[in-house]
Amino acid sequence: MSSELRELYQEVILDHSKKPRNLREIAGGRKADGMNPLCGDRATVYLELDGDVVKDASFVGKGCSISTASASMMTEAVKGRTRAEAEALFERFHDLVTGDPSKPGTGGADLGKLAVFSGVCEFPVRVKCAALPWHTMKAALENAPEPVSTE
Amino acid sequence: MSTAERREHAYDLARVRSDFPILARSVHDKPLVYLDNAASSQKPRAVIDAESRVYEECYANVHRGVHELSMKATDAYEGARAVIQRFLGAASSEEIVYTRGTTEAVNLVASTWGRKNVGAGDEILITGLEHHSNIVPWQLLCEEKGAQLRVVPISDAGEVALEAIEKAITPRTRLVSVAHVSNALGTVLPVKRIAALAHAHGALMFVDAAQSVPRMTVDVRDLDCDFLGFSGHKAYGPTGIGALYARAEHLKAMPPYQGGGDMILSVTFEKTTYNDIPYKFEAGTPNIAGAIALGAALDYLTHLGLDRIAAHEDALLAYATEQASKIEGLTLVGTAREKVGVLSFTLEGIHPHDIGTVLDYEGIAIRTGHHCAQPVMDRFGIPATARASFGLYNTFEEIDALVAGIRKVQEMFA
Repeated sequence: MSSELRELYQEVILDHSKKPRNLREIAGGRKADGMNPLCGDRATVYLELDGDVVKDASFVGKGCSISTASASMMTEAVKGRTRAEAEALFERFHDLVTGDPSKPGTGGADLGKLAVFSGVCEFPVRVKCAALPWHTMKAALENAPEPVSTE
Repeated sequence: MSTAERREHAYDLARVRSDFPILARSVHDKPLVYLDNAASSQKPRAVIDAESRVYEECYANVHRGVHELSMKATDAYEGARAVIQRFLGAASSEEIVYTRGTTEAVNLVASTWGRKNVGAGDEILITGLEHHSNIVPWQLLCEEKGAQLRVVPISDAGEVALEAIEKAITPRTRLVSVAHVSNALGTVLPVKRIAALAHAHGALMFVDAAQSVPRMTVDVRDLDCDFLGFSGHKAYGPTGIGALYARAEHLKAMPPYQGGGDMILSVTFEKTTYNDIPYKFEAGTPNIAGAIALGAALDYLTHLGLDRIAAHEDALLAYATEQASKIEGLTLVGTAREKVGVLSFTLEGIHPHDIGTVLDYEGIAIRTGHHCAQPVMDRFGIPATARASFGLYNTFEEIDALVAGIRKVQEMFA
């Protein structure tokens, strides 16, 4: 297998795509829908806020391994964070997967487990897959009524 | 010796492949296996040369110059129209209108014939397997006119029953518009018999021939259709050029499409007299080099022989279907008895996008997604499929490569 492909489909990503964490609804919480119609990826992200803190995060949806793993790991990453921290994480994740050269490269060192998505920037057509759950999470934080798309 | 090596080809495949320069390249250090022909096909040297020869040797604007180059360009441009006419079996080249492709052909008919002839309460009939380009223009027309778009459903195999079409045609049906070949499923529709049904009920017939023109003999007089559209780029020709065939009597009665130069005989601020058909529908400087190169593409197909191309692609599809059916966890989407060119499938537990990415690293180009046919995906309750689609230059060994690639995908996501 090529090294780029191995970078994209790291073990952690394959593991989360096969056994997604927090795959459930949260009744009474905030939620937002994300959909990439061209791919057919769908994710509804649920957040339970306690004041300013994300007490619980979950998702329900169907998509490719990248979007499923991204959703699964996103829910783990934002749980227990403040709103501002979750939004900052969103920004850093976005820079990581888009490989924006103008941003100081940390290689995702400050992103913890989420750094496994660094290989995505080599696959421009797959960036939208990784980004969808994060944009949907942000929409849920903002109570955005319209479905989100990253296509 | 693999099964593939024992297959005989309808023509000298190695030689045909050498006509297509791009097939010699590699992708991710693997030989290119191009199986995305239903989206767009690769171009033979004859087409590439025809287009560059226009610019190198005889380029000028058409229809308006007295100088040598303009006359030469006009001759070549109109010569290509005659090639299309003969290729489609049309009675006269005035029945061939250049368009950007099939999509524009549908839109042209919807906005000219449709606006004039479709009124409140009238009906346009399509099927459940149509490409978005044979859905949306009719939706726009129906919305504007208060007409109804009716859809004949497809079966689990991806077929459309003639009886269902007959049942759906009503006295209000003005037009039946269907794909000759489904781009997502490969189903071949019996368009000749559908046209007969439409005419028996006083409706006209539009054939979306985008997928059939590159793969089989398409004869508009044999099909007895009123309109037919196709795209050059799927028929080994350039992008941005295609054609609409329409019976002369319809074209004469239809209002113009766009206004501008070339579509008029005389213009004053009080009154404009429109040009004859087909020029009435061709405002502005057209895609001159593209049209000429499209003529070269159709000549290439004629030279190779549509029957032989069809036989080759049928053999490829039969072999691919047989090999794919042996793969556990693979489900074919679209299993019509009459089917050509397209192998749409899903793999249990693996999203088509992941299939496409992994195959790409094997040098194999397939399409993943909804193939601009979302209603088809909804019908089968899936968000997307992986689709391998064959062209005249594909080999049985490439199908072996596809099958090996699919097994690799399964190992990876097991």
